[in-house]
Amino acid sequence: MSAVRPAADPEAFKDNARLVLADPVLRRGFRGAMDYLADKRAAQFPDHDAFEQLRGLGEHIRKRALSQLPALLEQLESALQARGVQVHWAEDAADANRIFLDIARRHDASMMVKGKSMVSEEIELNHRMQEHGVSCIETDMGEYILQLDGDRPSHIIMPAIHKTKEDVAAIFAEHIPGAGYTEDVDQLIAIGRAALRDKFRQARIGVSGVNFMVAETGSLVLVENEGNGRLSTTVPDVHIAITGIEKVVEKLEHVPPLFTLLTRSATGQAVTTYLNIISGPRRDGEKDGPREVHLVLLDNGRSQAFAEEHFRATLQCIRCGACMNHCPVYARIGGLSYGTTYPGPIGAIISPHLLGLASTRDLPTASSLCGACGDVCPVGIPIPDLLMRLREAGRHRTPAMQQREALKGQGSVRSIREVFAWKAWRMLYANAGRYRLFAWIASRLRGLTPTRQGGWTRSRTPLIPAPRSLRERLRSARATQRDAGEE
Amino acid sequence: MSVAAASTRARSAILSRLRAAAPVALPAPDVAAHYASADVPPQSVLRERFIAQARGWRAEVIETDADAWPSVLADVLAAKGVRRLMAGRYTAIADALIACELGAALDWYDAPIETLKPVLFDTVDAGITTTLGGIAETGSLVLWPDANEPRTLSLLPPLHIAVLREDALHPTLHAVMSQQDWASGLPTNALLVTGPSKTADIQRLLVYGAHGPRELVILLLRTEPTA
Repeated sequence: MSAVRPAADPEAFKDNARLVLADPVLRRGFRGAMDYLADKRAAQFPDHDAFEQLRGLGEHIRKRALSQLPALLEQLESALQARGVQVHWAEDAADANRIFLDIARRHDASMMVKGKSMVSEEIELNHRMQEHGVSCIETDMGEYILQLDGDRPSHIIMPAIHKTKEDVAAIFAEHIPGAGYTEDVDQLIAIGRAALRDKFRQARIGVSGVNFMVAETGSLVLVENEGNGRLSTTVPDVHIAITGIEKVVEKLEHVPPLFTLLTRSATGQAVTTYLNIISGPRRDGEKDGPREVHLVLLDNGRSQAFAEEHFRATLQCIRCGACMNHCPVYARIGGLSYGTTYPGPIGAIISPHLLGLASTRDLPTASSLCGACGDVCPVGIPIPDLLMRLREAGRHRTPAMQQREALKGQGSVRSIREVFAWKAWRMLYANAGRYRLFAWIASRLRGLTPTRQGGWTRSRTPLIPAPRSLRERLRSARATQRDAGEE
Repeated sequence: MSVAAASTRARSAILSRLRAAAPVALPAPDVAAHYASADVPPQSVLRERFIAQARGWRAEVIETDADAWPSVLADVLAAKGVRRLMAGRYTAIADALIACELGAALDWYDAPIETLKPVLFDTVDAGITTTLGGIAETGSLVLWPDANEPRTLSLLPPLHIAVLREDALHPTLHAVMSQQDWASGLPTNALLVTGPSKTADIQRLLVYGAHGPRELVILLLRTEPTA
């Protein structure tokens, strides 16, 4: 089993990445998984024009929804309330956790079963509930494996992508009473299924994320393959859904294009096993379904991204993970290196809004700007452009022209050495005389060039000025020609 | 501050921040036009497409008709070793279930789940449901649970049997949604079901029967008698 455990801290990004790069098992695992997902996605979009057309529609739907976000949220709230759903608003993780705890206390619940939800990871729901004696059991197979092992998800769609079946066999044998050691994947899933069935049966509260919220009908739409999402939202007495404020769409008919873009981009499937449309708690006469449904709407920095038109595109995301599957950096360093809830290119553009630029300053630089993430994004988010904007925002204390306000952590990457270096560069390169003098001195003093040049020489040969500058060589070449011509 | 008061305060703070950004409303997308360009195929094409897609997702599709399906069901139950089948009372298929020789005990889902948990979790081998339609493009079933046919009937038993009328097939999700006007009358839980539950969370290896049914059998009732 791989012993590498990168820290859950974006400030440790560079150390984390170095750790993973030195682990051949992890690297092979990620490379294989990313190639597999990229191939499966490509098979779903054989016709480039058809893809562009569908993606144009998806982008339009998301942009339109964001363009009227405050009104849609109010419409959604009234529609949900009319159907008996209780709507809560949370500024940040602490707010959201208080809401969960309050509901758990009112129902005297000591255990919750949870379907896959990245927003619940964002607020660290499991840990916060545990502090108050409420256990929160992950029921997605991948998330369950990670929870048993005390590990974190490394991919938003395939959370346990960094585990091998041997890893899972060992984890189950150690943590599930009565489970023997087996590397047979069918048996492993059967063990997980049996262990979690009991939890579904006992839990008073079920927790889920949401893929789309529909303002028109007051519906919560969930997309999944395993059935744990349906169980979590159907069997317990109480269902609490949590999601970001950006996940709303205007009309029910906006769901089919986004649904097909999501499943095809995420796992290369034309459809998932379940599309679960929830519009309220159990009604009189109905025999199952939760008696209470709650929705927690979380901001946690999203309204900062919303404030500026370019950054607003970040919120178009439907969390398919295609950008990470196609990112050459992600494929090498894996999801855990980022130290954030959302890894990869989308993580690099959303995390600075959630956590501030100070702690996430390295993430926007974790890109070669090859553009693959933007090419595959099913809702047309210009990810490379946003990476560039965040790099700039980190380096300039004053916001760019279009930005109304400074971002959280604006200018925190600014270093006096770097500012000085660029000033010196500009002084030398903007004036012909100064540049000539600099080139002449540099070429004469080349013997004094240090062989260690910081980060540059960690994986490259040192930069040493040429013995003669290009200008000097041209001049002497011309002189030779002239001499030859005169003879 | 109480949790409710904090929520109210958060609500107005969030909405006012969003309003301050003063987004300019974009025109509405024309979703219908996107799907209108596709021509509607004839019934036989829809049927064959549905069958191929559903089988691709590991559903068993058996073609039968409105008269013969109960005896086909009995064969399925025998073949799968089903001893207890659960169904909803007062549904379109209930009378036929009562009338025929199933060869298995029939349980009715006629009490709240709180009472029926032991049966649903431990003893029932299969659940049978009606469907509101089928989607040819993806081989999906539309389920519309209600007081007679609860949500967990298609979820907790290891085998889900669904009865689908051929004339309820639609080309796409968008088509069925618009033709049946879902937007003006959704139930508390509407579902699309495509194949049995599955997972690939361990080393990308696909396994059927994750948390929901391990098997899905679709009895497709042909409009013309199948002889």
